[in-house]
Amino acid sequence: MAKSSSVLIKRYTASDRFNHWFVAITFILLALSGLALFHPAFFFLTHLLGGGTWTRILHPFIGVVMFAGFAGMMLRFWKLNYITDNDRKWMKQIVDVLANRHEKLLPVGHYNAGQKYLFWTMVVCIPLLLITGVLMWQPYFAPLVPIVVARLAVLLHAVAAFVIIAGIIVHIYAGTMWVKGSMRAMTRGTVTHAWAKHHHAAWCDEVSKRDK
Amino acid sequence: MALQTLDIQRRSATTTPSPSVRQTTEVAKLIDISKCIGCKACQTACMEWNDIRDEVGSNAGTYDNPRDLTENSWTVMRYSEVEVEQGKLEWLIRKDGCMHCADPGCLKACPSPGAIIQHSNGIVDFQQEHCIGCGYCIAGCPFNVPRISKKDNKAYKCTLCSDRVGVGMEPACVKTCPTGAIVFGSKEDMIQHAEERVVDLKERGYGKAGLYDPQGVGGTHVMYVLQHADQPELYHGLPKDPAISPMVSLWKGVTKPLMSLALGVVALAGFFHFVTVGPTETHDEEEEV
Ligand code: HEM
Ligand code: SF4
Repeated sequence: MAKSSSVLIKRYTASDRFNHWFVAITFILLALSGLALFHPAFFFLTHLLGGGTWTRILHPFIGVVMFAGFAGMMLRFWKLNYITDNDRKWMKQIVDVLANRHEKLLPVGHYNAGQKYLFWTMVVCIPLLLITGVLMWQPYFAPLVPIVVARLAVLLHAVAAFVIIAGIIVHIYAGTMWVKGSMRAMTRGTVTHAWAKHHHAAWCDEVSKRDK
Repeated sequence: MALQTLDIQRRSATTTPSPSVRQTTEVAKLIDISKCIGCKACQTACMEWNDIRDEVGSNAGTYDNPRDLTENSWTVMRYSEVEVEQGKLEWLIRKDGCMHCADPGCLKACPSPGAIIQHSNGIVDFQQEHCIGCGYCIAGCPFNVPRISKKDNKAYKCTLCSDRVGVGMEPACVKTCPTGAIVFGSKEDMIQHAEERVVDLKERGYGKAGLYDPQGVGGTHVMYVLQHADQPELYHGLPKDPAISPMVSLWKGVTKPLMSLALGVVALAGFFHFVTVGPTETHDEEEEV
C-alpha cells in the first residue's frame, strides 16, 4: 500500500484525452458565446468571438463541430456509464459524497453515479441542442421552420443549455478542485494507484486483476 | 433609424432606463379599410421615401405583389375575396406591415442591446447597426412582420417613418393615400376618429364594424377600422386576439434571470464547498496533481 502513490494506472488513452479536450474547448466556446445572447448580463461575452454578429455566425458552426466530437465520446464511454444498483445507492448517499465520507460508500467502478448521470444528461442535451440549434440557424435553416417550431426550439435550446452548463460547472469543479489527483487522468492519462483505490475501488481491483 | 435620441421608452436587451427625459405624444396610424381602394400608392411611397426596391417578382393571379412582406417591402397590400354573407362578395384590402405594438414581442425577444427600440411616442424601430441577425425578433412577433435581409443579414420592417415623424411630418404612406384611408395623429385623436368612422359604417349596414387596437399586445400604434371587426381573420388572417406567444414569454420572461442566477449559485456553491468541506485528497502519497 505504501507504494501505491508511485504505481500509475492507465485510465485514458491519448485518443480519449484528445477527444475529451476537443469537446471541452468547443463546449466552452459554445457556452460563452451562447450565454452572450442568453441574457443582457452576459452580452459582454460577445467580444470573445469578435462581436455580436460574429458570435451569431460562429456559434452554430462550433456547435456542429462539437457535436461531431461528442459523438466520438458517446461511442467510447457509452458502456461504461450503465447505471447499476450500486449507483442508485450512491445517489441516495449524496450527502456522504458531498461531505467526503468515502468510507461509507460502496466501492465505485470506472465511473461513479454522479459522473454517469452527467454523461446521460449530456447524451440527452447535446443532440437536443444540435437539433434545436439547427432549427434556429440563420440564415440557412431558420427561414424554413414554421414559427411555432421556431419558438419551441429557442425555448428548448435555452433550457438545455442551462442544464448542461450547470452540469459542466459541477464537472469542472469536481475535476479541478474537489477531487485531487483527477486532473492527471485527463492530462497524462494515468492516475495513482492510491487515487484509484480511494475513488474507484471496484475499477482499481478490476484493472489490477486484469493486469496480473 | 432614430433621429430622436432622447425619448426612448424601451430598448432591447437593456436592463437600465434608456434616455427618456422627454415625453412625446403617443402617436398612431389609422387605416380605414372601408376607404381603401387598393391602389398601392402607400406601398410605392414607402419604397420611395425609404429608398428601397424589391424584385419585380411574378404574378400569382391576384393583385398581391410582392406576395409577402420582405426586407425591401415593409408594407404590402393583402387582397381577400370573401363572402361574409351568402351571395355577397366583398373585396377586403388590408395594408399589412408592422403594427407597432405597445408591448412588442420583437423587442422582448431581441438579444442585442439597442437593436430594437421603442420611442416614447410608441414607434418601434429597428436599429440595424446593432442587429446581429439572429432572427429572434421573428420568433417574438405576433404578426409575422420582421424580415432578415439576404444581403446583409439584418432585420428590417416598417419604421412608421420615425425619421419623418421625428421632425413633425406624417408617415409617407399617410401623405400619399389618395382616399384618406390612412390617417396619422395622436393615438387619442385616432381612436376618436375611428369611433366616428365606426358610427358611419354601422349606419351604412356594417353592424359589426369596429376598431382594431388589440389589447393582448397592449394596443397598437397602427390600427385598423374594420367593417367586420368581429372577424378580423377575414382580412388575410389578421389575428383575432394577438399576444406575445406564451412560449416566447416563458423563454424571455422570468426563466432567464432565474437560470442566470442559478448558474451563479452553482458556481458559488462549488467555491463554498471547497472552502468549507474541502477537497478529497488521497493520503499516503506525495505526487498528487
Ligand atoms: C450542438 C450544436 C449547436 C448548434 C447548432 C447551436 C446553434 C445555436 C443557434 C443558431 C443559436 C442562435 C444564435 C446564433 O445564431 O448564434 C444558439 C443560441 C444559443 N446557444 Fe447554441 N447551438 C449548439 C450548441 C450549444 C451548446 C452546447 C450550448 C451550451 C453550452 C449552447 C448554448 C446556447 C445558448 C445559451 C444560446 C442563446 C439562447 C437564447 O438566447 O435563449 N448551444 N445556438
Ligand atoms: S435579428 Fe436583429 S433585431 Fe432581430 S432579434 Fe436578432 S439582433 Fe434583434
